[in-house]
Amino acid sequence: MKDWRYWLAEQRGTLLAFGIFIVMFFIYTANHPAGFTANVVQTASNKGVLLAFVAMAQTLVVVTAGIDLSVGMIFTLTNCLASWLVIGTGIETAFGVVAVLGTGLLCGAINGAIVIYGRLQPIVATIATGAVYFGLALLLRPFPGGSVNEDLADALTGRLFGAVPASLVVLLAVVLVVWVPFSRSVLGRAAYAAGSSETAAYMSGVPIRRGKFAAYALAGLLAAIGGLFLTFFTYTGDAAYASGNAYTLFSIAAVVLGGVSLFGGKGSAIGAIFGALAFRTIGDLLFVFDFDPLWQPLFQGVILLIAVSLGAFALFRVRNRLEWFL
Amino acid sequence: MNGIANRMPKFIRRADPAVVTAFACIVLLLFLGSLYSRSFLSPEYLLQQLKVASFLGVIATGMMLVILLGQIDLSVPWSVAVGAMMASAVAAFGPVGVALAIPFGILCGVLIGTVNGIGVAYLRIPSMIITLATNAVAQGLMVVYTGGFSPQDSATPAMRYLATGFTIPGVPNAVVIWALIGAATVFVLTRTSFGRSVYGIGNRERAAYLSGVDTRRVVMIAFAVSGGLSAFGGVLLAGYASKAAQSMGDAYLLPSIAAVVLGGTSILGGRGSYLGTVAGVILITLLQSILSVLQMPEAGRQIIYGVVIVAMLLLYGRAPASR
Repeated sequence: MKDWRYWLAEQRGTLLAFGIFIVMFFIYTANHPAGFTANVVQTASNKGVLLAFVAMAQTLVVVTAGIDLSVGMIFTLTNCLASWLVIGTGIETAFGVVAVLGTGLLCGAINGAIVIYGRLQPIVATIATGAVYFGLALLLRPFPGGSVNEDLADALTGRLFGAVPASLVVLLAVVLVVWVPFSRSVLGRAAYAAGSSETAAYMSGVPIRRGKFAAYALAGLLAAIGGLFLTFFTYTGDAAYASGNAYTLFSIAAVVLGGVSLFGGKGSAIGAIFGALAFRTIGDLLFVFDFDPLWQPLFQGVILLIAVSLGAFALFRVRNRLEWFL
Repeated sequence: MNGIANRMPKFIRRADPAVVTAFACIVLLLFLGSLYSRSFLSPEYLLQQLKVASFLGVIATGMMLVILLGQIDLSVPWSVAVGAMMASAVAAFGPVGVALAIPFGILCGVLIGTVNGIGVAYLRIPSMIITLATNAVAQGLMVVYTGGFSPQDSATPAMRYLATGFTIPGVPNAVVIWALIGAATVFVLTRTSFGRSVYGIGNRERAAYLSGVDTRRVVMIAFAVSGGLSAFGGVLLAGYASKAAQSMGDAYLLPSIAAVVLGGTSILGGRGSYLGTVAGVILITLLQSILSVLQMPEAGRQIIYGVVIVAMLLLYGRAPASR
């Protein structure tokens, strides 16, 4: 086999997600009353980028064969925190951004410490920490409110050179600064190896604990970037339980659509980003076809159900029935 | 040390340390409560707590079955809501509807559970993923259903009677129902081959399969039962509040998992007793009650919940360190 074939096999999930996204986005813009204009693209990218950040966060943890059911709550918590801190003069705003990102990193690190060093199951541990983060968010913002540095918010949610959505540029920058170095580092490899086969990774002397811990912590950071962006879009902080839960749920859908294996060790954040964008576009398709918005939750739920059921096709490759039971 | 242990009565030596810890925490909470207010030890208050606990108890029973398999059911919030809303809605269709309200509500929950079960057992989808997805679908269905026209949402007299009435003087019906469901669960788990297979699958599904157990059927039935019990919990809650609401199940996911896990059932499956779940349910209910008596805001309750669960799990819910 040639090199490019290996590359193709490795990137199949990502390319598939990219393809789905392109097709869906084409249908979306073709039927949109305004058509393919800079405004439509900007609005779509602003909505998509929020989920893309949370989906990237989920990817990091899912790759280690774990799951983080608190990403949506970290997202909500950092949104509420940002509505207090990211305001004022340039220096104050910068300090606020650093504080918000630091909080996200800390939340992720707490999850990681509990799961890895406390040896608890990720599902239960992150549901419980999610409750704590939501409680903190509610303490910060019992009622929706607050404000944000609007110059910064408008700059990051506007357009560069009148055509390119700034939020997409930020997303690209985050991929280059966080994801690419991580996935190529020893720690990133360790996270993948731990997800693929923890025993084999342990026997090979891979630093699995540090790798997994880094994955959980960075997931918190990425969710915080998402929370920051939510504040930039809405100008307020809102501790909404339903919205936090929905983002957790959609992040899992995006990750699955993006070709990341829920059993760990396979997939990339790039795929999850396209999965997130595709998921958002599919959800918005209802609007351009003039459906009642009431149908949107059901429609998104059904997409999620179909997306997770697609994994069942792997059963056809099973030769020995004992492989059913992992 | 060993001598002391041998001299203790047999039932204490055999008791699960987690269950003992949970009961000790209940006594501690009651003691702390009685320092705050004398009424904490009055029979009326305790009976009221037991009544509130029985709703969580019914839901946690289903959750326990699923957790014993080493799986999890995250579709509890909307199974509860679907059970309550559908039972109330059917009651609008004349006397037949009123008569069928409760069975129909439970049936809807069983349907959700069956979808979960098929996904987990036959399609081998991780349980937390498929149950999240069915939860989302159930939510979507209910939003469409209530949005199109406004259905009847008040509970039928039978539902109110089950939740708040008294058949035996002094004992609320809800407590009787929980006791019956609990007794049935204990019987099924300890005295039937289905129950033993549940424990077997929780320990190692491969081994259970090779021993001739139809593991996929057992898993599917357990999920269906869990969905049905969640919906029944919803029916009772609707009877208690005398109406069904969309978000009524949200407050039951974390407590039901917490009650099962705090009662010493291993989240990895295969280990746990119903007595522990009873202790966990009462513990959670008392904790909620004391926090609300102290007028703790919602934010503080969420934080305390999360911290208590993580702390208890770190005490006795850890995975083995050996490789």
